[in-house]
Amino acid sequence: MLDWREDVDAALEEAKRTDRPALLDFTAAPL
Amino acid sequence: MYPDPRVEALIRDSFFPIRIQVLEKPELMERFNAQWTPTILLLGPDGREHHRIEGFLETGDFLAQLLLGLGHVARARGKWDEAIARYEEVLARHPDADAAPAAQYWRGVARYKKSGDPAELAATTKAFQERYADTPWAMRASVWG
Repeated sequence: MLDWREDVDAALEEAKRTDRPALLDFTAAPL
Repeated sequence: MYPDPRVEALIRDSFFPIRIQVLEKPELMERFNAQWTPTILLLGPDGREHHRIEGFLETGDFLAQLLLGLGHVARARGKWDEAIARYEEVLARHPDADAAPAAQYWRGVARYKKSGDPAELAATTKAFQERYADTPWAMRASVWG
């Protein structure tokens, strides 16, 4: 299972801090 | 959501995955200029967008697009060897994917940026004569030959 994040700004900050690319998945399906 | 384990493994190993439910957070569609679902944006660690995947793709094409995007992220950061390796991964593993001609084009760019040798661009033009000649990417590379 993937560890999806839902808090965009917190996740982008963490991606920056850990020097990893981010994948943003825009979906209309229920989470 | 991604039933193929190869997709899940690539995302887990290479990205920070963020899911946005657009009905709950429509403001984020405007913020990132997403017009439709599914839309996937690949951002560098600095938050800048480097690749966009819109609409449903079958697994091979989707994997190829993810790898192409990783190549773009690496290229934008001047990580030429990593970018070249990602583009070559597209060409080796998904040669029939829509992303493959783009990968061949950008591999040439990354090789040139790494070496500064225009022969890399000419070699890319030649490569398009041998493969993907009927794609728009061949036209884009034709001026290098």
